Order: sequence, then structure tokens, then C-alpha cells
Amino acid sequence: MTLALDTASPAAAAPRSRFWGKLLRNRTAAFGGGLVVLFALAAILGPWVLPWDPVQTSWSAVRKAPSAAHWFGTDELGRDVLARVLSGARASLLAGVVSVSIAIAIGGPLGIAAGYFGGWTDSIISRCTEALLACPFLILAIALGSVLGASLVNAMIAIGIAAAPLFIRLTRGQTLAVKTEDFVEGARAVGLPHRWIIIRYILPNIFAPILVQATLIVAQAIIAEASLSFLGLGQQPPAPSWGAMLNTGKNFVQQGQWWMSVFPGVAIFFTVLGFNLLGDGLRDALDPRES
Amino acid sequence: MLSFIARRLLIAIPTIILVSIFVFTLQKLLPGDPILVLAGEERDPVVIAALREKYRLNDPLPLQYIAWAWQALHGNLGISLRTNAPVLDLIAEKLPVTLQLAAMAMTFALLIGIPAGVMAAVRKGTAWDYAATGIALWGLSIPNFFLGIMLIFLVSVQFNWLPASGYVSLTESVSQNLRTMIMPAFVLGNALAASMMRHTRSAMLGVLRQDYIRTARAKGLLEPRVILRHALRNALVPVVTVGTLLFGELLAGAVLTEQIFTIPGFGKLIVDAVFNRDYAVVQGVVLCTAIGYIGLNLLADVLYVVLNPRLRTG
Repeated sequence: MTLALDTASPAAAAPRSRFWGKLLRNRTAAFGGGLVVLFALAAILGPWVLPWDPVQTSWSAVRKAPSAAHWFGTDELGRDVLARVLSGARASLLAGVVSVSIAIAIGGPLGIAAGYFGGWTDSIISRCTEALLACPFLILAIALGSVLGASLVNAMIAIGIAAAPLFIRLTRGQTLAVKTEDFVEGARAVGLPHRWIIIRYILPNIFAPILVQATLIVAQAIIAEASLSFLGLGQQPPAPSWGAMLNTGKNFVQQGQWWMSVFPGVAIFFTVLGFNLLGDGLRDALDPRES
Repeated sequence: MLSFIARRLLIAIPTIILVSIFVFTLQKLLPGDPILVLAGEERDPVVIAALREKYRLNDPLPLQYIAWAWQALHGNLGISLRTNAPVLDLIAEKLPVTLQLAAMAMTFALLIGIPAGVMAAVRKGTAWDYAATGIALWGLSIPNFFLGIMLIFLVSVQFNWLPASGYVSLTESVSQNLRTMIMPAFVLGNALAASMMRHTRSAMLGVLRQDYIRTARAKGLLEPRVILRHALRNALVPVVTVGTLLFGELLAGAVLTEQIFTIPGFGKLIVDAVFNRDYAVVQGVVLCTAIGYIGLNLLADVLYVVLNPRLRTG
């Protein structure tokens, strides 16, 4: 045990600096990370910096094309599209991060329990996971969303529950691999309690793949939130959300009024692209086979 | 082979039972009492009690589940509150539309994803590889409802090449049906093409490193023959199985695509049901989708063994 504790800190420092070095040298990952930071800053600072209120209607400026006065144009109620896109970033990023946190909070402990204890615990959790995985992600989120009711918080809960099986499967597999390592066997041999073994030895060693998966699932969760909002099951008006903006914008596309759809759509695309690139970069940086 | 299929079928049974328990529980968690809806505005306590007795709602939950599952096994998934039609009939009516959309989307995905994946692997590290990988990333990051709206704007509004929405059934007019379905199918197949490209590229890179490919080249075979006959045939084994699994994802993707292009399919059925609080339909659609997905999983496993001779003899 002492050996394991001793090696944890100094040995971890070198791989950690190697990891950051690999991640920062990967230009696509850095670009992805930059996009994520940019949208996070826009979400936090946007509403303070911009002079327009995202929910303020103006009947004299209904459906105006992009101009110097309104860079992204205005919507069907005369609201500034740029202000709504930046405000929508808050809802989307929040939905992505919160729903993945919910999924990890549910999936992580169950996956670890299944992998670590095995036997009946594993059988029951694994069969239930397979059953939930049999329902396509979006259909499950829609069904749960319909039960919980239409709101951003409920959409986050629905997406979190729908994504939990992905984390159960991942943490179970990782725990199975780690629990046969010598340091875990050693910890068991000296009689450490299960709780301590899991917290001290299993969790730190399965953290990296969970982080990679979480980054990639944030991208899916953002699309899922936009999808639920597009269908009317997510953020409710007048609060802005990219999916709901696209839903309204689609009604005006056939009249050539593209700006109401293009800007929120492009925002979703670049945010999701950012998380996908960052997730791929994290995976490569943590993969020892990648030079 | 038959024993393998039988074994896989047996493994699928507990999963189906658990899915049915989940769907049943979902119904029990729903807000509101469906009996109050059935009892009408008068809400006569005698009628309510009779209805509760009729639908066995006074029974313990496990008994209610068994009765519900028994009915579902016999094809009775309940009655739609909105249309009064049996849920199974509604699903049977809408499913062919979505299956056609999914089949066309899969065709697009195969036609784009596999050649792009092969090209990216064969020319690894070149501009071809970067272009194909970039397009795949684009396909995975763009939400299909946004792509659909943009295509409507470009193809229908700007150039007037295809109708923006609407649906004409195959029996009415094949050409009109294809004109209304081609754009939604492309939108739905887009993300799938990106996944197929990634899987094909990865599988081809693995196969191209094998000794038998080196031997085929050393024998003096022409490169196209090495790639298509020796490498692609083996690389396609995992791609086919992954493609089978991804077909299930198309059903979920169809929810949004059908909404944008106003196609009266399976996806639109569940969205309309959610907004009309037609829970029997929501329940039926989730159950059927899950069972279909389990069936596709089974098919993928069987295909993997059928296509891989080493597993067949082992």
C-alpha cells in the first residue's frame, strides 16, 4: 500500500506533463478547446457586454435582416438574434455539462459497483443497462421528457438519465480492468475496506477514460437539448435556446429569412465541433500508443 | 450456427422483459390519471370505480404488469386516446414510411461513407485523408434538423429543385415519392455516413497492415484488386455489423427529420403523441423501437459470425 501511495504522486507528475504537452501540441484539439472556451466566455459575458436584451421585443424591428444595428438580424418578435444566440449558449452549455454530470452521478457508482463486486450485482446492473441501451438515446430522452414535463431542467434530467447507461458500461469495463491490477490485489490483501479501495485506487485510475467520454457526450447532450427544445420539450419561451430558435426560424426559411435559423444552427455546430475535437484530442493524449 | 442464434435469442429475452418493465413503469410515472380522462367530465365515482376494476388498476403493480405484458404479447398495446385506434395499427401504418426513409438514408450512408473511408485509409496522411476526416467530423457535428433547414433554404427556396416538405406515398407516385424523400433521406444519412466513413477507415487501416495484403502485392496483383478484393472484403465485416446497429439510430434520427419535412412516419407519431399526452402511443412506440433495436443487435451478432469464416468453424 505504501508503495502505491508513494508512486502515486511523483510518477503521476511526469505523465501529467506529457499529457498536457501532447494535448497542446495537437492543433485540432487546441482549436476545439479554443471553441469551447470562446462559447463559454460568450455565454458568461455576452449578456453583460451586448446592449440588446434577448427577450425585449420590438414591433418596429420585426424580422429585420442582419445590419449594422442588429448584426445577426432580428426575429419574428423583433428581438435581437445575436443577443439570443449568446443567451442561448448559456442554456446549451449548461444543459450539456449538467446532463453529463447527472449521467456520471448515476452511471459512475453503478458501473463501479457492477465491475468491482461482480456476481449478482453485476448481472442485475448489466441487464438493466442493456435494457436502457436498447432504447435509442433521443427516443428515451423524449419519452422521459414527456413524463417530466417541458422545461430546461427536466430536459437536462431526461438527457442525463438517457446517457447514464453509457457511463455504466464504460465505468464497469474500466473497473474490471483495474481491479485485477497488483496494487488493487495488494490493497485487498492487507484488508482495506471496499469503500477505501474504490476511492483511493479504482477511481483515480478510471478517471481519464471517463473524462474523454464525458467530453464527447457533452457534444451529444448539447445536440439532444437542442433537439428537445426544437420539439418544444426543452427551454420554454421567451427564454432563448438554440433549438427553439431553429424551430421558429424554420417557419420563415421558405420566405428567404435565413438569419433566424443560420446563426443558432452555426452556434450549435461550432460548439459541438469544439467538444468533439477536444474529446478526440483528450483520447489521443491519454492513449499511450499515440506518439 | 442455429445453436448460436438460439443462444442469442435466449439472452435477448431478459432484456426484452426488462425493457417492458421500464415502459410499464414509465406509464405509471406519468402525471395525471388516465381513468379521469376516460370517465369524462362528469367524473361519476361509480363509473370511475368500474373503470378501475375493468382496467385492473386496483390490482397490485406486479399483477398489473403481468396483465399488460400478456396483452402486449398478443399484439394489444392499448388504444390511442386521440384517435381511438389501436396503437399497433397506428404503428403498422406509420412504420413503412420511416423504414423507407431509413433504407434510403442507409443507402446514402453506404454510398458516401464506404468509398470515403477506403480512400482515406489507402491515402492515409494525404489531402484525401484530411478532407474525408474533416467531412466526417462535419457530419458528426451538424445537427440533422439544422442541415434539413439549410437544405430547404438552398434546394427548395433558392433553386426550387425539390419540394420543401410534404409526403406522397409510393403507391400514389413513385417519382413524386422519391422527390419528397430524397432530401430527408440525405439529411438523415449524413451523420451515419460520417460514422461509416470513420469505421471503414479504421477497419481498412487494420487490414492493410496484414501479411496477406503484403503477399497479394508481392504476387504482383494490381492495386485496385488488392484493395477491393482482398482488403475491403475483410474490412467490411465490422463495418456491416456496425451499420446494422446504426440502422437503429436512424429510427431516433427520423423523429426530427420527419418533423422538419412533415413526413407522417414513426417519428412524427411519437412527437404528436407526446404533445397530445397520448401515452399509450408513446409507450407503444418506445417498446417497439426497443424491441426492433434488440432485433438489430441480434442480427449484427449473427452477421458477424456469418461473414467471419473463422468464427463460423470455431
